[in-house]
Amino acid sequence: MVSLIVNDTRRNVDAAPDTPLLWILREQLALTGTKYGCGIALCGVCTVHVDGQPTRACTTPLSAVAGKRVTTIEGLSAKSDHPVQRAWIEVDVPQCGFCQSGQIMSAAALLARTPDPTDADIDDAMSGNLCRCGTYPRIRAAIHRAAALRAGAPPAPRKGGA
Amino acid sequence: MATAHFSRRALLAGGLAATGALVIGFEAPVSARRARAQGAGVFAPNQWIRIDRDGVVTIVNSVPEMGQGSLTTMPMIVADELDADLNTIKVEQAPADPARYANPVTGNQSYGGSRGVRDHLAMLRKAGAAAREMLMQAAAQEWGVPVGEVTTEPGVVLHKGSGRRLTYGQLVDKAAQLPVPQNPTLKSRAEFRYIGKEVTRRDTPMKVNGSGIYGMDVRVPGMLVASIERCPVFGGKVTAFDATATKNIPGVRHVVQVSHGVAVVADTFWIALQGRRALKVTYDEGPMAQVSSARIDREYAEAAKQPGQEARTDGDAEAALAAAMKTVEAVYQVPFLEHACMEPMNATAHVRADACEIWAPTQNPGGAQATGARLTGLPASKVTVHTTLLGGGFGRRGELDFIVDAVETAKAVGVPVKVMWTREDDIQHGFYRPATYNVFRAALDQRGMPVAWWNRVVGPGILIQKGRAAQGVTIDPAAMEGVRNFAYTVPNVRVEWVNKDLGVPLGFWRSVGPSQNAFIVESFVDELAHAAGADPVEYRRALLGKSPRHRAVLDLAAQKAAWGTPLPPGRARGVAVAFSYGSYAAHVAEVSVNEDGRPRVHRIVGAIDCGIAVNPDQVRAQMEGGAVYALTAALYGEITIESGHVKQSNFHDYPLLRIGESPVIEVYILDSGEPPGGLGEPGVPTVAPAVCNAIFALTGKRIRRLPIRVDELKKA
Repeated sequence: MVSLIVNDTRRNVDAAPDTPLLWILREQLALTGTKYGCGIALCGVCTVHVDGQPTRACTTPLSAVAGKRVTTIEGLSAKSDHPVQRAWIEVDVPQCGFCQSGQIMSAAALLARTPDPTDADIDDAMSGNLCRCGTYPRIRAAIHRAAALRAGAPPAPRKGGA
Repeated sequence: MATAHFSRRALLAGGLAATGALVIGFEAPVSARRARAQGAGVFAPNQWIRIDRDGVVTIVNSVPEMGQGSLTTMPMIVADELDADLNTIKVEQAPADPARYANPVTGNQSYGGSRGVRDHLAMLRKAGAAAREMLMQAAAQEWGVPVGEVTTEPGVVLHKGSGRRLTYGQLVDKAAQLPVPQNPTLKSRAEFRYIGKEVTRRDTPMKVNGSGIYGMDVRVPGMLVASIERCPVFGGKVTAFDATATKNIPGVRHVVQVSHGVAVVADTFWIALQGRRALKVTYDEGPMAQVSSARIDREYAEAAKQPGQEARTDGDAEAALAAAMKTVEAVYQVPFLEHACMEPMNATAHVRADACEIWAPTQNPGGAQATGARLTGLPASKVTVHTTLLGGGFGRRGELDFIVDAVETAKAVGVPVKVMWTREDDIQHGFYRPATYNVFRAALDQRGMPVAWWNRVVGPGILIQKGRAAQGVTIDPAAMEGVRNFAYTVPNVRVEWVNKDLGVPLGFWRSVGPSQNAFIVESFVDELAHAAGADPVEYRRALLGKSPRHRAVLDLAAQKAAWGTPLPPGRARGVAVAFSYGSYAAHVAEVSVNEDGRPRVHRIVGAIDCGIAVNPDQVRAQMEGGAVYALTAALYGEITIESGHVKQSNFHDYPLLRIGESPVIEVYILDSGEPPGGLGEPGVPTVAPAVCNAIFALTGKRIRRLPIRVDELKKA
């Protein structure tokens, strides 16, 4: 039995200690917002925060997160209103959306340590997150927008529909 | 807008689909089937719309959401004509039910070929407009006024003279008694509330908080999870397996042989993977074990020396070549490519004696249903298909192999089973964009303009391999559409095809034939422009006299990219233009090459004429995504075959473009007001040639083999 804190809740998990955190989250804790894409930390769709640090859950064994705080996309904000999530909606970043949980977790970690990132900062922090739909230009724009929202910029007016 | 044209098209298309119910895209008039189709207090004039007494409007979307925005764009078409408030409508994904939800043009419930808006716009407009007319009629009767005096605002019918109002919800019972108009009046373009406007995607909120359910995320009570060990060699068969060690792993529940290999069924995917590693399987690898990329290349080159089938003949290209003072010759090669959807293939199924239920991220719900019926022996009506969100499609998810996996495994074990593929399974057991070998010869006149164009394409055909080419068709349309119908005016043309298929499984990869047709045509015409000493844009313009829509997007892209103006040292531009899937696209790429030979694409300017742009922001999104997809292929994409298996296995050796390599992408929409063209695919074909033409302009090195090889561009 391994104990860890997931999205502010203590969870006791019964699984082999080498089981990757990804499968604990998805299959035992039913937190399916964190995705599987490659299994070898090359695509970033499984990105979560472990004690605030962006981490690839697919190659992080359960034993390595004992007692640690894990945050997944479901726990990033209470009402899906983290500045990164708001910016993603304003810019309409996602296409298929499968990689976006990981993109958002990486972006949120970037902004936590670099509140006003340059394009180079963004490329550096986000280079481990692949997007096959090609939303990179919008990701870049949305991270700048999230930085502004985080600094208190007013939200953009909604476009038609929603 | 050409409303009448759309209507005629829908009628014609419905007739071709040969499904009576779809003649105009609706079910039979509601009066004939009121009792069955409608519950009390629900107005459901056709299969696309339900309105209840509270005024809640539910719109059904038949096109799977694979990133293109169908959950937003399709309902917004209906809502516009219905005059419903997009902010309050509900949207449902259609079940597999081809009799009601088939694409009216193709007649089946499979979605590819950038067919969302372009095949459904006319039908969905009619569906919405018919319902609105019935609601207006119902209100006019209620008030005892002529229907010409009533109009609508979103969700409300109003009487102009008196200011009286009735909500749609208040009118459902009365409207449900009325006959469904078969030729409702459609809005004029000026009356559109949503079509052509900036509309926020409906699915973004669930894609930013983890709540969107993809195939991989499906959870069914009592479900087990399986992973299938497959023969690495295409077409190989399991001859024996030893599951002793596998079955000793706690949590492994079943090991069963299925068509595509040996399925390890376990409590979790992770345990299934452990079980798979412990399996001992022997295979009969079959004849494909003798096939490698080197052999394929060799056989293509050999076949290119033989005459091919005549795909197009205008004048006498051979004679013009023989008589010419100046000729240009080149050979272009493109590799096999895999789709690499971010979500690896998967599907979930539950097979019972009397029913089969399938949950799948599929582009082909109709095919999934038919597959379920075939494998279980149940009638299609007993096979339910739930189409989840798709983590990418790109043509891969129109295939049915992963549906077969789930249904066969679930049938064997009797409980619901989710079959998940690893990334390695996904890359090595795909359906690949065909590799081809393409020979060109051209003759130029004294001004450098082409008087002969000779092109022989050697490669396999997707439709022919799949047995889906029409009776008597021996020249694969999916291989040849973009080389046979290139836009340039040349008096003598000869295009040939040599069908050379060594058995690598083929599939429809985003933009299919044009993904490579445009690369070879647009690279070779660039060679001709260079041979003529002409500007590549001007040279193309001169040859596009018969194709004003090509010329218009070419001009727009060139203008927006400031074609012909100076760039910083070490940079150059390249251009390409093509038609595909009903749309015209042009790209200008700005490129540099560093000392190591590594190209860097700084800026891509795209112009698109997709007829009416129903959802302009999603037009831009598809063009942006198409450019990145195409750049990945141009810079990295290559699947190679060794002894019948794919050498690549994951993103280390089948890399995708990363954010730092992604250029600035600008998209300009040329709204021609024509009927809608496709969008998922037309943003892909012209990117690779624009980039390679820029590399030529910069370095003098012509890229004739994709992907671009860094060692060939390295400075000596």
